[in-house]
Amino acid sequence: MAILLNRSTRVIVQGFTGKIGSFHADDMKRYGTKLVGGVTPGKGGQKHLGLPVFNTVKGAVRETRAEASIVFVPPPFAADSIMEAADAGIKLCVCITDGIPSQDMMQVKRYMLRYRYEDRMRLIGPNCAGVITPGQALMGIMPGSIYLPGRVGIVGRSGTLGYEAASQMKALGIGVSTSVGIGGDPINGSSFKDMLKLFEQDDDTDAVVMIGEIGGPQEAEAAIWARDNMRKPLIAYIAGLSAPKGRRMGHAGAIISAFGESAQEKVEILKEAGVIIVPTPSSFGEVVADTLSRMKKAA
Amino acid sequence: MDIHEYQAKELLARHGVHVPRGGLAYSPEQATYRAREIGGAKWVLKAQVHSGARGKAGGIKLCANDEEISNAAEAMLGRKLVTQQTGPRGKLISRLYLEEAVDIAQELYVGFVLDRKEERVMIVASAAGGMEIEDIVEKAPNSILRTSVDPGVGMQRFQAREIAFGLGLDHNLIGKATETIFSCYQVFRDYDASMLEINPLVVTRDGNLIALDAKMSFDENALFRRPEISELRDKSQEDPRETFASDRGLSYVGLDGNIGCIINGAGLAMATMDMIKIAGGEPANFLDIGGGASPERVAKSFRAVLGDKNVETILVNIFAGINRCDWVAEGVIKAIREVGVNVPLVVRLSGTRAEEGRRILADSGEAVIVADTLAEAAEKAVAAWRAATKKKAA
Repeated sequence: MAILLNRSTRVIVQGFTGKIGSFHADDMKRYGTKLVGGVTPGKGGQKHLGLPVFNTVKGAVRETRAEASIVFVPPPFAADSIMEAADAGIKLCVCITDGIPSQDMMQVKRYMLRYRYEDRMRLIGPNCAGVITPGQALMGIMPGSIYLPGRVGIVGRSGTLGYEAASQMKALGIGVSTSVGIGGDPINGSSFKDMLKLFEQDDDTDAVVMIGEIGGPQEAEAAIWARDNMRKPLIAYIAGLSAPKGRRMGHAGAIISAFGESAQEKVEILKEAGVIIVPTPSSFGEVVADTLSRMKKAA
Repeated sequence: MDIHEYQAKELLARHGVHVPRGGLAYSPEQATYRAREIGGAKWVLKAQVHSGARGKAGGIKLCANDEEISNAAEAMLGRKLVTQQTGPRGKLISRLYLEEAVDIAQELYVGFVLDRKEERVMIVASAAGGMEIEDIVEKAPNSILRTSVDPGVGMQRFQAREIAFGLGLDHNLIGKATETIFSCYQVFRDYDASMLEINPLVVTRDGNLIALDAKMSFDENALFRRPEISELRDKSQEDPRETFASDRGLSYVGLDGNIGCIINGAGLAMATMDMIKIAGGEPANFLDIGGGASPERVAKSFRAVLGDKNVETILVNIFAGINRCDWVAEGVIKAIREVGVNVPLVVRLSGTRAEEGRRILADSGEAVIVADTLAEAAEKAVAAWRAATKKKAA
């Protein structure tokens, strides 16, 4: 069933009636996502896009049996919305919002720990493009048309670079099981490693493409985990070869501040862990095709 | 966002951290006047620029009389200070800070930083202060103490006390050190800092504990709720190209190459810069136009990129999801006609409404080099740049 999301996942939108929330809710619905309602405090009881609006996430969960929520709430209030979703029993929360303060995210992560592991919400993002299981459902802002349904997983920090990878694969007839954007912030709800674990266990995924960038320790951690635990091939690209040290490259988290955080250093660490490296951002398609054909031969 | 040493000291002093007596000066006369105000017989004149390692670069001078203060101030003001951290362009000195000289018995290091791995605030301390943290890590790794703060409950006094004892301080200084470390944490948390470094924190000969230097950076995502910090921004310390862009809501980082970049999305922007480098060129900048960019916004991006006189070719690379290629194409034409683009221009449009976008470019009759893929875009940009520089040289 791919990971995280499929055609029967019941989804609500937080920040439903806002301009951005409305636009993407409509887009997700058209793609086939099972959208069951939305939340905008103060607008409960209304209808929007033909769906019920609720004042609270708990109310929405009670009435619609929603399991997943996508957050389009502005940065000052987004952390609060994520915690509300966690407390309402939402299982998967995707936060698109860019610009949440780091201290708020530290608090969110700490807050989520109060629930037992089995009851704990999984958070994707913030500052991410979302999740898509091609041909089934979209919980995000990516253009659905560039993804072919298939058996390669994608996990990346960046939205548009993920589109680039998916479209290069599509041009060669290679499809995607699920594509996940974990986001460009310093503190993410889910890490690369968390996603690799899910892809490794997913029967519908044969190989995984990881799209990383400068800054932070996550790509290296994921590669070490993959070396010790993953049987499926892991293919990776690290953006920011030409980025100078100590400068923030757009994403709040894209800054080289310690050893092992530059693109070159990360590529070295990944290579040593046996990860297949995509040498240039124009060769995602070729490298994935090559990996898949070698797998076929070996089988 | 970075702030100046004197601003960080003001913040810290307000929360009970001891700092030397000092005053700000914009001229040599003001600096000597500050010396009168502060009193004493020796002073330190410090260039206020957003950089560490100022001492080695000539940005810190010990002075014993008016003449020395005046001469040092004269020499510093209006000059660009080039340190190991500023890059070759250096940073303009327009403010000076004069402080009483302190009789130092011991130099310590205390730093606070957001630890991305632990998702907590990490506190790093060392009894080997006075040199950069990178040097401490290399030369005195065993002196480093670390502790991290649970964001749910905040720092506890015992954690500060453990560091104080760990630093090997005299027993009569433990209380002062504990309070200093504790206060620093509160400033870090209350103002949404991303980094706070006191290096050195000094023990004086008369048994005081004083923050002799202070460096602070703040989480830009939190500035909306910290207006008092936003006010401390000093645009003279920023790359003017970046100030121009950020005032227009664009995410821009100036670099040293010749190929200007206009891209949507931070990851694709970095990847495009990488691709330019692989194709044999050097990017002039990082620029992310963001999502839902209007033609006006695209035209503004051209202004920002062309503000850099080193730009000899422009590459526009858009993979539109929530963006629209037709709007981007309109923006490109608008820029050519209104801003004036007198360097080769390569455009690659992909994703939402790419066909319409390409048609707008083709129908415009303007000299735009069109590319279909990322690799082709970078190769064409580098080739156009080479041809243009050759023509210039001939």
